[in-house]
Amino acid sequence: MRINRRRYLTQKVAKILIWMAALSTMGVMALIVLQVLSEGIPVLSPRFFLESPRSMGREGGIFSTIIGTIALTVVAIVVATPLGVGTAIFLGEYTREGRISRVIRFGIGCLAGVPSIIFGLFGFVFFVIYLNMGWSILSGGLALAAMILPTIICTAEEALKAIPYSFREVSYSLGGTKWETVTRAILPNAMPGIFTGIILGVCRSIEETAVVILTAGSSLIIPTSLFSPVRTMSVHFYILAREGISMEMAYGTGAALILLVLFVNIVANWRLNRYIRKRA
Amino acid sequence: MEFKEKFIEKILLLIAFSSISILALIAFFIFGEGLPLIWKIGPKAFLFGERWVPSQGSFGILPMIVGSFWVTFGALLLGIPLGLACAIFLCEWTPPWAGMILRSAIQVLAGIPSVIYGFWGLVVLVPLVRNYLGGPGLSILSGSLILSIMILPTIISISEDSLKALPPSYKAGALALGATHWETIWRVLVPAARSGIVASIILGMGRALGETMAMIMILGNAVKMPSSFLDSARTLTTNIGIEMGYATGDHRQALFATGVILFLIIMFLNALAIVLSRRRVG
Repeated sequence: MRINRRRYLTQKVAKILIWMAALSTMGVMALIVLQVLSEGIPVLSPRFFLESPRSMGREGGIFSTIIGTIALTVVAIVVATPLGVGTAIFLGEYTREGRISRVIRFGIGCLAGVPSIIFGLFGFVFFVIYLNMGWSILSGGLALAAMILPTIICTAEEALKAIPYSFREVSYSLGGTKWETVTRAILPNAMPGIFTGIILGVCRSIEETAVVILTAGSSLIIPTSLFSPVRTMSVHFYILAREGISMEMAYGTGAALILLVLFVNIVANWRLNRYIRKRA
Repeated sequence: MEFKEKFIEKILLLIAFSSISILALIAFFIFGEGLPLIWKIGPKAFLFGERWVPSQGSFGILPMIVGSFWVTFGALLLGIPLGLACAIFLCEWTPPWAGMILRSAIQVLAGIPSVIYGFWGLVVLVPLVRNYLGGPGLSILSGSLILSIMILPTIISISEDSLKALPPSYKAGALALGATHWETIWRVLVPAARSGIVASIILGMGRALGETMAMIMILGNAVKMPSSFLDSARTLTTNIGIEMGYATGDHRQALFATGVILFLIIMFLNALAIVLSRRRVG
């Protein structure tokens, strides 16, 4: 009996420790988000979003950095989505597990682990200097596309895998070719999963600082073409905070960033649930 | 028809290969910029030199290598137990409501930009460390604390996946033999999911080694060999991040050479994690 009691005591202690770990993880999240939001939300106002920064960001708003963020994200998604989904279709539907697919999967796994500063260095020497695109939306967007590519491939591949095999059999039995099967039977049903990957890519692009600062520059002027340099919200936040330009503006930008990322996540979840319900 | 199908297949193959050729391009360009300088000053002087004074042409990155490993080690010390506990919480002991809250908390943690982690560390953690433990506050300790939070989502999600992938018979068998729930988790489930858990730790380590912006804000960036957790330090990544903006000539090449070393370390860790997670039990 005594031995048994000790075993259950161990279990109690372990349970308490694990609850403490879970609670402290939630607590830290709440601390960080609330700290930034509580200091930052009072700064937010329509003018803060609609005016461009003046005198290095000490005054005005963050309008031009919002435009920069959107421009870079759009370029990254437009480039990475076809590449990523195409790769996933090739891996999932067009090839059997073998040497080629193993090499590709290994390469993607490695690419996923490359730190962002390396993507930044690469984007700088390849797009900015070698291809002579300069610090621009295009250089930054392409470097970001390379960074988010593994995310999009992996989520798209999972989505394709989740489609039951019977969908393919029915399509073939109706005389569909492979490509028709992929485009008409598989892709429409894999859409929610692919969409999730794209949203994750959007979030990573919004958050990224190291890549953007080395490839898109940090100009505060509103861009006029794909070759204009831009500053994103993350870079703006970094510069404001690190160079101590204005704590107030930094908190405002930080709060806007957190709200934006939360908003994108919520919209994605909501849209996804609707889509799934409609198709089911 | 036949022709069109063949054509599409070739295009898809091309797309797949261009996706991974990015990795090759990255390696080619970073090595191309960095290797000449490593040869010029000698690999030994570069890797084991303790002086980094670009204006005098001395490029030794040992302090940065040591700094990187101190910070990462500190982050793992706290991140592994916390992450593993959360993973166990999520797949074994969760009342559904608590699981949902923790899951969304982790999602938010994964979504917070790294500059915000850095900023929070700077305004909240750094003053705490300075006031209660002394030193400049901008220190390895503050950096490790922040990093341990940043790598949590990686460790938790991958460990959780590998725990969930175990056949239910493992748990049923252990419980049937009279083990308590905790003994089942600690002696049966965790060891069985070992390879996935180790992979999650290695990937977390990769994330920690690769983090740049948050570390620039918190570590203080002094180039010297750290001797305690309260010392300021510089890592491989922050070395690149801070100086890339104005470096030219040899100095810029030295930063790319720093990138080469970082790239090699990360590739090694990645390959290890991939091989480990392939070896699934059951």
